[in-house]
Amino acid sequence: MFEFIADQRAAIAAVFILTLLLAFGVSIYIGRKEYRKNGQDQVFGDPERTKGGWYWSLCGVSALLLIWFYFSWGVARAYFPNAANELCQIAKLDEALSPIRAVLPIGSRSYQSTQLVARNGAQIEALRDSMPKQAFSRDEQQVLELVIDDVQSLLGLSSDPDQQSPEVAAQIELLSQELRAIAIALDAGPSAVEPSAEALAQPKWGATYTEIPLLPVTARGILFDQLSQDAALLSDRFVTLKNIPPAYATRIPLITQKIEALSAATKAQQFSDADVEARKDYIKSLDRIFNRLDDGSIFPAGSFAPLMKVFQELARAQAHAKGSLKVIDALFVPGAGVVKSRTQCSEQGSGRWLPKPMDVVVTFAELADPDVEDGGGFKGTPLLWWKWLPIADVVAFVIPDALADLWAGEYARHGVDGKVQENTKDRLLALAQGDIDLGSVPALDGHLWDSLFRVLVAMGLGILCGVPVGIYMGVSQFIKGVLDPVVELYRPVPPLAWAPLILTIFGIQDDGKIFLLFMVAFAIMVISARTGAAGTQLSKIRASHSLGASNRQILLYVILPNALPEILTGVRIAIGVCWGTLVAAEMLAGTTGIGFIENVARTVSDYELIWVTILIMGILGLAFDLIMRWVIQKTIPWRGKG
Amino acid sequence: MADLTCKDLSMTYRNPQTGAEVHALKDINFTLKKGELLAVLGPSGCGKTTLLNMVAGFLKPTAGEMILGDRLINGPGVERGMVFQQGALFEWQSVKKNVDFGLRMKKTKAVEAADLVEKWLDIVGLQGFGETPTYQLSGGMQQRVALARCLVNDPDVILMDEPLGALDALTREKMQSLILELWKETGKTIIIITHSVEEALLLGERLFVMAPRPGRIHKEYHLPFAERGLSEPLRAIRQDKDFTKVREEILTMIWNMEEEIMGRV
Ligand SMILES: Nc1ncnc2c1ncn2[C@@H]1O[C@H](COP(=O)(O)OP(=O)(O)OP(=O)(O)O)[C@@H](O)[C@H]1O
Ligand SMILES: [Mg+2]
Repeated sequence: MFEFIADQRAAIAAVFILTLLLAFGVSIYIGRKEYRKNGQDQVFGDPERTKGGWYWSLCGVSALLLIWFYFSWGVARAYFPNAANELCQIAKLDEALSPIRAVLPIGSRSYQSTQLVARNGAQIEALRDSMPKQAFSRDEQQVLELVIDDVQSLLGLSSDPDQQSPEVAAQIELLSQELRAIAIALDAGPSAVEPSAEALAQPKWGATYTEIPLLPVTARGILFDQLSQDAALLSDRFVTLKNIPPAYATRIPLITQKIEALSAATKAQQFSDADVEARKDYIKSLDRIFNRLDDGSIFPAGSFAPLMKVFQELARAQAHAKGSLKVIDALFVPGAGVVKSRTQCSEQGSGRWLPKPMDVVVTFAELADPDVEDGGGFKGTPLLWWKWLPIADVVAFVIPDALADLWAGEYARHGVDGKVQENTKDRLLALAQGDIDLGSVPALDGHLWDSLFRVLVAMGLGILCGVPVGIYMGVSQFIKGVLDPVVELYRPVPPLAWAPLILTIFGIQDDGKIFLLFMVAFAIMVISARTGAAGTQLSKIRASHSLGASNRQILLYVILPNALPEILTGVRIAIGVCWGTLVAAEMLAGTTGIGFIENVARTVSDYELIWVTILIMGILGLAFDLIMRWVIQKTIPWRGKG
Repeated sequence: MADLTCKDLSMTYRNPQTGAEVHALKDINFTLKKGELLAVLGPSGCGKTTLLNMVAGFLKPTAGEMILGDRLINGPGVERGMVFQQGALFEWQSVKKNVDFGLRMKKTKAVEAADLVEKWLDIVGLQGFGETPTYQLSGGMQQRVALARCLVNDPDVILMDEPLGALDALTREKMQSLILELWKETGKTIIIITHSVEEALLLGERLFVMAPRPGRIHKEYHLPFAERGLSEPLRAIRQDKDFTKVREEILTMIWNMEEEIMGRV
């Protein structure tokens, strides 16, 4: 399936794009036509105006999908399957040259040497100002001043072209020439070298989780690949290059000596602890700057001029060698292009975090495949499937063990014959612990079902407990007074803030999560039922009293139906909040559920899977809401019309 | 004999925040015989609704007592049915369910209840609307449902607080005839509050004109027009000389009261 999609990518993309473009165009056409037909006789601000309009939804969705397809580099991958491979080879050359580029003002504002001089100079000045005078004798202070002057003079020595050893200059010149050879090779263009068998055997772009095939498969790619190997050798040579002026040979031992003498004095003489500490610190920081300056990484400003020139040539030659790839890069590879890291080439920017639509579909297909043995599902659990659920487990869940303990009689003891004769109490205990085989029933299974199950059970409990409590709070001062502080104190706390506590108390499996969601649903249901109940018109209550209804009947037949719109709105809100809380709770802890999948995907940066889970959550949330809207429309058409 | 007697009835509202007191009613005394139709008229704020709510049992008088038949009125009861200005229907239920609400609360047998509902829907002219949700009815139809809902319970006294206030002139006239018909047919005691002097004259066999601050019965009339309305068209009665004379008298009376209030404010 995957291979087929990879092979037919261009055709599939064509169908995809054309369908979307058609949908986009047609929806706008219909929309405009409808507007012309109905537009005039409406007034602005009339809520009726927003009714209907499926074509605008279609327009929005198709535009969104097109944007998605484009920014995920879907077009590039469908029609220029080798583009990424070539960009990868170019990235290789860039990576190989990066050690040299790093010292030049390319991509930064100044030479690396300029930055080093500025930084070290400032630090030396700071050191001079912060000398702890009380810890050093007058003589020592003079010595220190001298050492600092000496260290500062090193900066001058290494920046002076006259002090540079001629050998270094020659090396730089040689490197420049060899780099120029690379530029010339780029200008000459690719030769007719066949890609290696190994390269041709690589999986195609995006056909595996290693995004881009690393070995070159086109002539242009081979050229860049080979030159990048040459460039890597040059870079290796470049980094060994040091600027050690001859004068260092006499200067450095002198400074070292003075610093060591100061250290020795610290040990030999009697200082207070605080002074010892201050001396040691100061000498140490002086020594650190000094050591940094004698490693030869500062070069005179003009010494890299030949390299600079060559890099300009290289840039031009690279652009030239890129040829038509430039256009593809600019048009169809939005984002930061391809970057080569140590072992692989990867897409950057939107190409990286926005997976291609087809990859998302395939990832979803793999996830939805119920055959766990064959790599389907996720971490050994399918997305949504069914399984045989032992009835004993359900029974064990429903009957607490304590019930068996409460049963009349005693548990059996072993008899004189060395056997245990089970009695009713024992058998009841076995039942409560799920040890008796009662057969199995088919039940839903999988990550999605686990998530749904948690939300639905919590919602069910929340409605069952919250609505009566809320209604009574709406009509009884006592119950309102007692429960109001409880509910109002825990409700404003974000559910996730409760999570660590609840998950500790009830465990990270279903119990904990269901309780957490129950808390959320309960509070929302209480508040909405209460608002609904309290909003009952007095005249309706009076009418029902006059019609002979008892208090209980009024609650059941008048106040409850009156609160129904608020209750259903509450359910709608609660489902949304529960769903959000659940996913977050699953990311926090647990081993199943849609949030768990996303959390694992996050840790391995599997963007396809992340998007699949996001889409599943979004679609399910939408489905919940649509169902609730439908239920509301069906059950309370009278809403607001009393 | 289910006569309604009010003795020294007073009602003082007290604002819990400011402690200010409003004497809504003071020393109301009257006896209404079974089957009498009483219309109550008066300027706004003179305590008509307060009086009706007390008779219905929704409010406890601060002084005095009310007796229906031989029983003290203490809280709402099925023997006193109420029709509200806005119907106060249960909009989540159909016409039928609204009408048989009282029967359901009494757990009347379904068959019996269905017959009764059919009968009353027929009488108020809503045959065939049984399954219609009440929010789809017009204002006049809603008032008919409210009337049927009240009557199906067979109360001794029917209390109506501006039942026709929100209706257009034509519907209003039809409803007035309907009320007269029902009164004649059922022989129930009816108290009807209205803002319209004409309506009060047409419907009220007895008529209280109330005065405000404190609310009291200013003048009482015994009128023949309700009896006549059972046989003559209402429009003809309206043109009657006696009718217009009393109407003008009462209008002047209320007008003066309003003037007095304005002057006092
Ligand atoms: N719940 C209340 N609390 C305090 N004062 C009230 C309350 N209800 C009514 N009143 C006052 O009691 C007086 C009588 O009110 P009531 O509603 O009985 O008047 P009404 O005659 O029905 O007026 P309308 O014709 O406008 O309906 C008014 O002055 C009003 O301000
Ligand atoms: Mg009133």
